[in-house]
Amino acid sequence: MSETIPTVYPGVAAPSGTPVTPRNIPHRGGPENPTASALAAQFKAAVKRVDVVWGETTVLVDATRLKDIVQWLHDDPGQRYDFLSDVTAVEYRDTGRPIEVVWHLRSLPYRRFLRLKVELEKTAPLAVDSVWSIYKSADWMERECYDMFGITFRGHPDLRRILMWEQYREGYPLRKDFPLRGRFSRAEQLRQALAQNPEAKYSMDELSIVEAFEDLPEDMRQRLGRGEKTGE
Amino acid sequence: MGLTQVSYSPETQESWVATKLDFLVNWGRANSLWPMPFGTACCAIEFMATAASRFDLARFGMERMSFSPRQADVLICAGRVPFKLAPVIRRIWQQMPQPKWCISMGACASSGGMFDNYAVVQGIDTIIPVDVYVPGCPPRPEGLLYGIRMLQQKVMRERMSDTSIRNEMEPDPSSRLYIPPPTIDELSEPFGNSVNQTRSTV
Repeated sequence: MSETIPTVYPGVAAPSGTPVTPRNIPHRGGPENPTASALAAQFKAAVKRVDVVWGETTVLVDATRLKDIVQWLHDDPGQRYDFLSDVTAVEYRDTGRPIEVVWHLRSLPYRRFLRLKVELEKTAPLAVDSVWSIYKSADWMERECYDMFGITFRGHPDLRRILMWEQYREGYPLRKDFPLRGRFSRAEQLRQALAQNPEAKYSMDELSIVEAFEDLPEDMRQRLGRGEKTGE
Repeated sequence: MGLTQVSYSPETQESWVATKLDFLVNWGRANSLWPMPFGTACCAIEFMATAASRFDLARFGMERMSFSPRQADVLICAGRVPFKLAPVIRRIWQQMPQPKWCISMGACASSGGMFDNYAVVQGIDTIIPVDVYVPGCPPRPEGLLYGIRMLQQKVMRERMSDTSIRNEMEPDPSSRLYIPPPTIDELSEPFGNSVNQTRSTV
């Protein structure tokens, strides 16, 4: 990046060219993120819709091209979206509407914010490509999204529940068809919760000790080989 | 000589004190309760305020927070307990040696409070036995102190001849529950406004 943005010090008048906090932002419309038009030029039909809501640009893209688009946004020297701040999903009360998966991307060098959306039809299996290979921070966010909405992220290295315990059987709590109090009776919920081993907080994947497996004691190797969770 | 008093008059009894063993033991226990703080939410902030200088929990013999359950006498559950934490608080309770007591501090710990949802235990008395419930959201330090004073009174009423109160409750081996499932469902029933809430089922 050639241009440098001047530093603003407290108590000193900002030099010209300093970005200022925008005011009086309209709900709809207004200047859109220049990335949106660049995306449309680059990916043509894969960019389905561009909205500007409260000054923030939302780009609805094709689910099959999602990973290419994120990769391009990350790598292109004119974009440099180097920070993935959120991965989440939205389900609408209209049962016919598809579930939206949302990525919040931020370009620190250009001070840009971009919201990417993908629509997943509920009739098909809810699956979308993982961006873990591009942003390592997607790891837990995609796990949370999987935990709460049941969306499978293809290519995620360790896709399992993160907020609820791993043997949670009632479904995906943030889905609209999930009852607020859960599906089971309170006693059954408690019984299942108490069946957890509170010390089983690490799995073999999480500890990343696959490389050190051969160095472990024999009994530990046997226990891990049976898939047992150990927390000691 | 009253039932719960130490008879001591320096004029007539120069070097001895008459009391009852029950009273002496209970007096010692009640005034040296070491709390195991189990703070999960905003109640823990009030608990910290109670322990700090203004309200000074140390006046009641609780100046030592016992962060090991094996050295604690009273479990103070301050805050909501999600289902994921249920086996943890159960394990802490089982690790505490007898005699032990439990204070459920605040609406969430006592009844689930406003969190009548899929994730929160509807009252920790469905997991562990509770001696004193402190209402409030969160309770003020005075409220917690009042609950602690109530617990001390309860300790003072204990009798060594009655050993049943010191029996460890064993959960049902298959379901791991202390109390029958219908009772848990009844205890977990919603109350107040949440009775009328609608389920968002499709």
